[in-house]
Amino acid sequence: MRIGVLALQGAFREHSIMLQSLGVQPVLVKTKEDFSGLDGLIIPGGESTTISNIMYSRGIDASILNLHKRGIPIYGTCAGAVILSKDSGSKVKPLGILDISVKRNGYGTQKDSFEAPLQIRGIGDFNGIFIRAPIVTSYENGAEILSEHGNSPVMIRSGNILITTFHPELTEDSGVHSMFLDMVKRNI
Amino acid sequence: MEKGTDTLKKGLAEMLKGGVIMDVTNAEQAKIAEKAGAVSVMALERVPADIRADGGVARMADPSKIKEIMESVTIPVMAKVRIGHFVEAQILQAIGVDFIDESEVLTPADDKHHIDKRKFSIPFVCGARDLGEALRRINEGAAMIRTKGEAGTGNIVEAVRHVRTVAEQIRSLKKFQDGMLRKESEKMRVPYRLLIDTLRLGRLPVVNFSAGGVASPADAALMMQLGCDGVFVGSGIFKSEDPKSMASAIVKATTYFDKPEVVAKVSENLGMPMSGLEISKLDIRLQERGW
Repeated sequence: MRIGVLALQGAFREHSIMLQSLGVQPVLVKTKEDFSGLDGLIIPGGESTTISNIMYSRGIDASILNLHKRGIPIYGTCAGAVILSKDSGSKVKPLGILDISVKRNGYGTQKDSFEAPLQIRGIGDFNGIFIRAPIVTSYENGAEILSEHGNSPVMIRSGNILITTFHPELTEDSGVHSMFLDMVKRNI
Repeated sequence: MEKGTDTLKKGLAEMLKGGVIMDVTNAEQAKIAEKAGAVSVMALERVPADIRADGGVARMADPSKIKEIMESVTIPVMAKVRIGHFVEAQILQAIGVDFIDESEVLTPADDKHHIDKRKFSIPFVCGARDLGEALRRINEGAAMIRTKGEAGTGNIVEAVRHVRTVAEQIRSLKKFQDGMLRKESEKMRVPYRLLIDTLRLGRLPVVNFSAGGVASPADAALMMQLGCDGVFVGSGIFKSEDPKSMASAIVKATTYFDKPEVVAKVSENLGMPMSGLEISKLDIRLQERGW
């Protein structure tokens, strides 16, 4: 199983460590060439303005869209979710892969960042770490809401796309990553 | 629901990794930095090169200036306070900046104590020249370290020296027996467990950026190849001939630090970088501030 972690900027090291703990050796993806042979891709948290800036200037957007067209599972955390969305409500031009609208820094600045206990369908209790996180303001009918916080979805699965607005890679709990790997395994 | 936890503070630093944090002095510069792909901006009244040239006491920026910058961008905003000046830090926390830099670039307010950073709910970044200094700051609650260069000089030599020093000291920890490691921790004036964490990880237990002296895409890529998690660029952007191009090029060079063909391409036609200063001719070495 070949899982890529988009390594343009952000918390790609933490995602890689989490995958390694599950016995998967990740591929750090920075160029178009790095996309070949991927069975899944993680777009990490970081600054969505920075990641999208580099993504468009290096033609990485086309590689991700192509992956999606071929039905390869993609998981986006925080900034990754913003990039996968249809509408970021800001200057950040998203890829429009998942039919959701988000509000960047929806809870506010760093002083409003928080940890909260979550219930995730199929996983159970999970510590949600929200750092300058986006809020999902609308989503398509078919989307599966796997977890909510304060009336907004914080984890959504739709087809082969998974997003969390929180950061499982900063916890010791590999539940969300295992769920993503299951999506990849079913797809191979 | 919990706020201001260690995990949240260190977590924001993790999100900045692989990025460039740029010094800006007004809303217009902040927008240029954001558009170029900066992960964060440092709101200042004067960039280090001007602080150096002007002399006098350098203090926290006017809160209205910082707020103006906060309103102009959506990326995190950092601001500097004087070493030990916990009231300046309280002010920055009150106006809601995302990160505080307790910085030797400003004139120190306390010659013995750094700020007790654990008392604050927003994260701090602090400078360090060696492992002991870095771990002392982490022990005081710093969520991020920047290995110091010599700010405002456009000269990378000091940044290289200190990042190599820290890396060498971390490597040498492996050679110590348990008893000697305890002695080393006493010598460094840091808790034993912090030294153990560092040994186990083979790196500092928080995110470590390079700061001071970065003036070209090649400088940024150099610091990344030497193992830094990202770079701060102070005077290097807005003291160059073409700040927009320089900012964008440094961002690309930081991501593609291990791809010389990309660094080569972005280094073309950037105009004059900031002119820079020879370290041995300096009146004040900012890096020596901090204890």
